[in-house]
Amino acid sequence: MPRAETAHWLFAAGFLFLGLVLLAEAIVGPSVFRLRPWRACLWPSLALFAGLWLWVITIFSTFSTLHLLAHALWAQAATAAGAIQLAVVRQRLTSPYWSLVTSGALFVSGVSFLVHEQNGWLFARSAFLHHLIGWMLVVSAVFPLGAAFRPRRAVWAFGFAATWLALAVMLFADRDIAPIFGHLSDLAGGTP
Amino acid sequence: MNELVTPRPQPVEEPRAARQGLRVLVVEALGPLTVLGGCVWAFAQPYRVTFFYPEGKDLWDWLVQPPLLVMVVGLVFALVVAPGVVEDLERPAEDAQG
Repeated sequence: MPRAETAHWLFAAGFLFLGLVLLAEAIVGPSVFRLRPWRACLWPSLALFAGLWLWVITIFSTFSTLHLLAHALWAQAATAAGAIQLAVVRQRLTSPYWSLVTSGALFVSGVSFLVHEQNGWLFARSAFLHHLIGWMLVVSAVFPLGAAFRPRRAVWAFGFAATWLALAVMLFADRDIAPIFGHLSDLAGGTP
Repeated sequence: MNELVTPRPQPVEEPRAARQGLRVLVVEALGPLTVLGGCVWAFAQPYRVTFFYPEGKDLWDWLVQPPLLVMVVGLVFALVVAPGVVEDLERPAEDAQG
């Protein structure tokens, strides 16, 4: 079995690719980016794929009930957002308000990060990143929320892309046991 | 026509073409910049690359090396996604000229 940090780095690579795809779409605009159907389906498919793998992790992540519940919630959020967006790009759903599902998924995922981290910010690097990622996702929910009500403004697309790039950087920085700004609790299993 | 309404100093197409050129440049640069980021990371933290410190590493350490993952992502984006995006971005301008 891979270590938790190994799984996080693999997800970071996926989120980095997702961020680059979304950034390219924000730069050229959806009208150009979605000229090729496979490209239009790319980010919803990646979200569904991430949801699928999060379900796998949920099944094998049995070391704590809180982690199991958190991973299950992220899996549900990713699957729902991916499925809805896939229907949107295939024009089965047309209302921009479907972006509210993505917003809700980001918000719930962020809250889940914050709730399931039982330690303080400076307990260890992983605890710090849980808090940072949680708050970032909660705040980032504003981007798809804005896209639902003002879909023509590019700032939402750039913000959404930046969210995944930032998440990738944070997950790449994750270690199972490592200090944060010189702090590492004795209870974390290591010494600073 | 008065002092507030004057002839346009340059055609509308010029700034539009310049913006499009900038977009092409940025999209083409995303992949190489990501690869460069992975290279810089590998040199800044060589202990995160198993090839440099192979002692006592397991299979997962060989399979998942973060700086190399970043380079692979940049390469995949540059080779698979970016060329088509640039081609589609340049197509309307070519059509307009033709």
